[in-house]
Amino acid sequence: MAQVLMKDLNKKYDEVHAVKDVNLHVRDKEFVVLVGPSGCGKSTTLRMVAGLEEITAGEIAIGDRVVNDLPPKDRDIAMVFQNYALYPHMTVYDNMAFGLKMRKFPKAEIQKRVRDAAEILGIQDLLKRKPRQLSGGQRQRVAVGRAIVRHPQVFLFDEPLSNLDAKLRVQMRVELKRLHDRLETTAIYVTHDQVEAMTLGDRVVVMKDGWIQQVGEPMELYTRPANRFVAGFIGSPAMNFVDVTIQGDGNLTAQGTGLRLGIPPSLAGQLGPYKGQRVTLGVRPEDLRLATGADQAPFVFDAVVDVVEPLGSEILLDVKAGPNSLVARVEPTVRLKVHDAVRLAVNPERLHFFDTTSEKAI
Amino acid sequence: MVIERPWKRWVYFYIPLTLFIIGTLFPFYWMLITAIRPDAELYRSWRAVNNAPFWTLHPTLEHFRDLFEKTTFPYWLWNTFFIAVVSTGISLFCGLLAGYALARLKFPMAGTLGTSIFVTYLVPPTLLFIPLADIIRNFQLGNTPWALILTYPTFLIPFCTWLLMGYFKTIPKELEECARIDGATRFGAMTRIIFPIAVPGILSAGIFAFTLSWNEFIYALVFLSSPERKTVPVGVVSEMIRGDIYFWGQLMAGALLGSIPVALVYSFFVEYYVTGLTGSVKG
Repeated sequence: MAQVLMKDLNKKYDEVHAVKDVNLHVRDKEFVVLVGPSGCGKSTTLRMVAGLEEITAGEIAIGDRVVNDLPPKDRDIAMVFQNYALYPHMTVYDNMAFGLKMRKFPKAEIQKRVRDAAEILGIQDLLKRKPRQLSGGQRQRVAVGRAIVRHPQVFLFDEPLSNLDAKLRVQMRVELKRLHDRLETTAIYVTHDQVEAMTLGDRVVVMKDGWIQQVGEPMELYTRPANRFVAGFIGSPAMNFVDVTIQGDGNLTAQGTGLRLGIPPSLAGQLGPYKGQRVTLGVRPEDLRLATGADQAPFVFDAVVDVVEPLGSEILLDVKAGPNSLVARVEPTVRLKVHDAVRLAVNPERLHFFDTTSEKAI
Repeated sequence: MVIERPWKRWVYFYIPLTLFIIGTLFPFYWMLITAIRPDAELYRSWRAVNNAPFWTLHPTLEHFRDLFEKTTFPYWLWNTFFIAVVSTGISLFCGLLAGYALARLKFPMAGTLGTSIFVTYLVPPTLLFIPLADIIRNFQLGNTPWALILTYPTFLIPFCTWLLMGYFKTIPKELEECARIDGATRFGAMTRIIFPIAVPGILSAGIFAFTLSWNEFIYALVFLSSPERKTVPVGVVSEMIRGDIYFWGQLMAGALLGSIPVALVYSFFVEYYVTGLTGSVKG
């Protein structure tokens, strides 16, 4: 039993209000990822759970205990840091054994646990080395190993993959996921990388300016973003946004400068009250495609190719529709040049609309 | 492409370096040659025939023998050593704790406190010895080693604190945080993780403190009076110059022996010393 409960959590430094009214229930064995741009309060939240930052207001409970006033060592957690934080004067073995030694485990038990963890992570051969003799990926593994030997109630990860190169990061990401499936320990993971957040998290918490923007399963964040920020943050390339005005009586249309799109009947109900007002239309690059003869009039628009970005498996087309810049993700077989005129079709069921002032999803 | 011309290397590198080395090492050479030169040569006129001021053909150890047999030089050596070691120990202990606190703990006025500690280091001993002499007299410590053991930390602690504070700041905070999560208290994290990593810094602070107290002159001159209680720097100057007669041979022999321990300490720890002052820790 190791759920983590955060209730009305706040952190204020002298001038800065870093974390604002965070309420979050991390369930037992769940892998929750906090994601957001730098300075959004995600790391501070994690450090409050760890006990490295004092809590200004609110409450944190791990398991059934309120831990607000417990020092880090008594919270039964383990943390993996971005810069690995391996003790440079100790061997890998001693690094991993340190936490157990501090807790006065018998020597045989320490040995067994370190060997087991080393085996899981494939670092048995490195136990006698010092951290400076290891590569970045190996150091990361040792840092993870040091966390898992303790069998803590909760794992905390503070951007653990950010110092690795891109290829290694993808590999370690998969390993971390596998490890979590195997160990079944509650984990809170902080990252600024939305891909890491989506792939690792059972649930993802998007934060901005100290506020939680949305909590949900990865696909839920992707398909039903709660506001414009989440919509733009999750997904790569980012969602396209166009300012439009809602018009029409029976069939509503979204009229922007240089483009006009129909609104499917399924969305007409919610958008009715916005008639005559400006709203923000959002469409993901993967929901745009080159129009064929079968595509009907209100869901296509004309644009001019601005930049072509071939990625191998796909091509990103940066197009201009009037003053609006949009990105479309198209088949790698498409042959288009800069300044070519194109007709693009949207998937009407996957259009998003946001209130322009409150930025909330409609 | 820049062509490195040989004459440039001579003008900008070899010649200045040679001059510098000669300038630095000549006093030591002079000290050595004077210490082993017989009196007959030492007090001969410079214009005498066959005068060779830069070397000697009759090296002798008589000055060293006189130093040990006719003066209290062995006491001075021991006094200097004892005082330097104890005051270095005290200063390192205080400097470690103060440096750590200033580098890591958040408390009101931490910055001001750090600066004011540094300011005390800047007060010249030539001013400070007057009030200190009064204190020493009140505590009746005059003419005892404790007079120096307790006054040297007035300049050694600020120095150690600042050097160690700088060093602690180069050690990533996460190491300590991780240790605290791993089960250590703050004090445990400090002694088990931070201090072992800071060994180069601690060593260089120690070496520097040791050298400063070994060479200290003004306090030792003021606070100690009996010949057998003196330290080497003071003893050599006050006991080897009697009236207006300079016993050059013994003077230089004493200076030479006095500088050997410091030279040894430096040569053993020079690498630590450099990393300690430049500070470099990788996590």
